[in-house]
Amino acid sequence: MAIPKVCGIETEYGILVRGPVSDNTSNPVSASSLLINAYLAANLRKVGWDFEDEHPGSDARGFSVSDLLEPEIETHLVNAVLTNGARYYVDHAHPEISTPECRTAREALVFDRAAEEIVWASMQAANALLPPGAEVLCHKNNSDGKGNSYGCHENYLVAREVPFGRIVHQITPHFVTRQIVVGAGKVGCELNGVSVTDVPFQISQRADFFEEEVGLETTLKRPIINTRDEPHCDPSKYRRLHVIVGDANMSETATLVKVGATSILLAMIEDDVIGDDLALANPVAAIRHISHDPSLQRTVLLRNGRRATALEIQWGLLELALKYERSHGLEPVGHEVGREVLGLWESILTGLEREPESVAHQVDWIAKRRVVEAYAARHDAGPGDARLKALDLQYHDLRRDKCLARRVGLDVLTTNEEVHHAMTNPPLTTRAYFRGRCLTKWPTEIVAANWDSMVFDIGHEPLRRVPMMEPLRGTAESVAMLIDESDTPAELLARLGS
Amino acid sequence: MAERTQKQKPTPSRTEETVEAAPAVVGGSDKLKAELDDLLDEIDDVLETNAEDFVKSYVQKGGQ
Repeated sequence: MAIPKVCGIETEYGILVRGPVSDNTSNPVSASSLLINAYLAANLRKVGWDFEDEHPGSDARGFSVSDLLEPEIETHLVNAVLTNGARYYVDHAHPEISTPECRTAREALVFDRAAEEIVWASMQAANALLPPGAEVLCHKNNSDGKGNSYGCHENYLVAREVPFGRIVHQITPHFVTRQIVVGAGKVGCELNGVSVTDVPFQISQRADFFEEEVGLETTLKRPIINTRDEPHCDPSKYRRLHVIVGDANMSETATLVKVGATSILLAMIEDDVIGDDLALANPVAAIRHISHDPSLQRTVLLRNGRRATALEIQWGLLELALKYERSHGLEPVGHEVGREVLGLWESILTGLEREPESVAHQVDWIAKRRVVEAYAARHDAGPGDARLKALDLQYHDLRRDKCLARRVGLDVLTTNEEVHHAMTNPPLTTRAYFRGRCLTKWPTEIVAANWDSMVFDIGHEPLRRVPMMEPLRGTAESVAMLIDESDTPAELLARLGS
Repeated sequence: MAERTQKQKPTPSRTEETVEAAPAVVGGSDKLKAELDDLLDEIDDVLETNAEDFVKSYVQKGGQ
């Protein structure tokens, strides 16, 4: 029985500080802290993230500019909750934003865009604090070209009763092949023994880094399916599928289809309509085989002995999804959003099949390849030319004047207004609403927050923890009036309790 | 907040044309080429001036 596909995106951004700064400032952990602290100082008071075993913490004084500038200062690992319900923190030497819980893929797109705007605002705030001639660069990508990778993860709410094995077998073909629609493209290859002349351009940023079919790891021996079981909600009812295999997208269409198509397929798995016909014989080999073939001609072996191209597998999944739309409807992902996603998915596959360049306004790897090849032709640059790798990196550069993705004619699906609104306002129809509204109204009385609870200071001991174990409770419909009518958290808690 | 310009690439027209013996100037693909040329001009202006140094210095720590 398919349940609402509450979803979210966590993005680790690349970061670099250059210019006349000390090593203390330029190391990526400090740089990430500076970036986030600069944003918080400019925008709001920091509310500390609440780790279960630790004492809730807060900093009532905010940050002073000189503290942020001081190169030798001990940098705490910054970990903040924003008023839009997102989490903004330093993770493995990268600044990371986890969007709030979103009800649909389209909402996730808006909040993913808001996250980009937050990072851009942070860069400007941090640059104002750095010495003249120094600047911080952030990239929304997944690979430095030197063997290091960092992720763009998706999260999906799935019914706990679905056997995990079914999820693994039936979503893997999509995770391996969806890159032809949502891959971000990459100049070169990072596998040992494979040179840039062997693979001058590939479809996915991340494919090279996946070595296992299933596993718990996220930083090495990465698995196509991650088994992390940390639902941050009622574990008896829900699973949070944590997906690490995707690329970060600059194309809004790609972000929408990436989250939307996966959401629909997961609902189909809950309703047990996918079956095993498309199961792959060797997913790890297949994901690289497909990534290294921008011609889209290569076939991969299925478990049933047949061979199929990535396109054929994607068509097979889409056809099942269209059938599901007719038989079950798309309520779990939102009817309108679901229809839009299926329409885009179909038109992109059609374009890839007939004339790949025709989808350069929607598909990141096609857009990127188009400029890389045209640039290479104009400047007679062969594989291995640094300018082509620079193009790849600069496609994802979040400096507004330098970002190539903003110049290649990608379709824009969001409005400035809704993205700007989402930087500081939470979604209306998930528990992020309760979190975001409370943080906005009572920033000094919330001692700590995390995904499934908030800790209030009601003016006297003890601190009060409010559990939020249901992702679809705490919506505007159920709590907006309660919050509006309460002057203090104590009042709110009294109202909630009654 | 900086303005985000909506850039819509016109959908390339896939007309059914018979291939003539004499080279025919097809409006569609000329326009696309012109757009691509403009784009390349733009990129020449904004691409990092020392690509070699930039690419070499772009190192990240492994994340998740």
